Amino acid sequence: MARKKKSVPQVNSSSTADIAFILLIFFLITTSMDTDRGLARRLPNPPDPNQKKNDDIIVKERNVLQVRLNKDNQLMVGSEWLDVRQLKEKAKEFIANPNDDANLPEKHSKNIPLLGGECMITENHVISLQNDVGTSYQAYIDVQNELVAAYNELRDDLAHSKFGKAYKECNDDQKEAIRTYYPQKISEAEPKKYGGK
Amino acid sequence: MPELNTSSLPDLIFTMLFFFMMITSMREVTLKVQFKAPQATELEKLEKKSLVSFIYIGKPMPEFQKKMGSESRIQLNDKFAEADEVQDYIYQERENMSEADQPFMTVSLKIDKDTKMGIVTEVKQALRKAYALNINYSATQRM
Repeated sequence: MARKKKSVPQVNSSSTADIAFILLIFFLITTSMDTDRGLARRLPNPPDPNQKKNDDIIVKERNVLQVRLNKDNQLMVGSEWLDVRQLKEKAKEFIANPNDDANLPEKHSKNIPLLGGECMITENHVISLQNDVGTSYQAYIDVQNELVAAYNELRDDLAHSKFGKAYKECNDDQKEAIRTYYPQKISEAEPKKYGGK
Repeated sequence: MPELNTSSLPDLIFTMLFFFMMITSMREVTLKVQFKAPQATELEKLEKKSLVSFIYIGKPMPEFQKKMGSESRIQLNDKFAEADEVQDYIYQERENMSEADQPFMTVSLKIDKDTKMGIVTEVKQALRKAYALNINYSATQRM
């Protein structure tokens, strides 16, 4: 016996497009496409209260590059006034010490197999950054940025001469080797209050 | 003129919809401080949003200036805070993370470019005390 088929009435889907459109517009509006970018830094461990006031780590004077920013955003590197734009070259010269200058950081030999055995590197250099309470944040970021740029350029140069490609394109081992060659040592000194209010 | 076949339009729209749904991250806090990022060139991307806590510093928005004054203030979550509350905030944020993620916690400092360093230094010292050592100074690309 042929049963009469009852046809299920079709759902009217002509408005799906509109519904989807509304949802789409909602998400379009709430989306914030901005990817967060910034300068990544690592803070030093908190000071140990038991530690003696005297700094027991004596850093030789030639190994330290003092970078100071005062409340009027003026920059002093070592003992001279500099413009922010000159800072990168100065920092690069300090970190790499290409001519083995006696006033620039001393070099130690270190075995880095990937870079061809013994290398003379300025292992103990420190860039010490000091700022005043009144320094503006943009000036501070400018200085941080230049210092990071100095490291990045040196690392890039090294990557090009040793591996023939940019630092970014090196594999993890190569990056590690280059980082050992140019360790990033920016110390943000304990804040000091210079006179004033 | 032949009619344009629009039967696949809903599918197209749905695809777009899914795309936007995936990349959407809804803003969790309403900004109460004016924030204009400083500019820099050597930027790194901030990965893994779930590991990141935010601290905003800047001048209060105009509607809050009557109450809060026009000095730079710190904003944690949805309210204004003092520098000594930062430490508790970090502990709280850390509690909310899974244990495996805790060592990788990053604090993104969204600081207005006209802020004075005094308040920034205070916050940094508080972060050090709370052992939140990975920080990220939020900035925008300089053209």
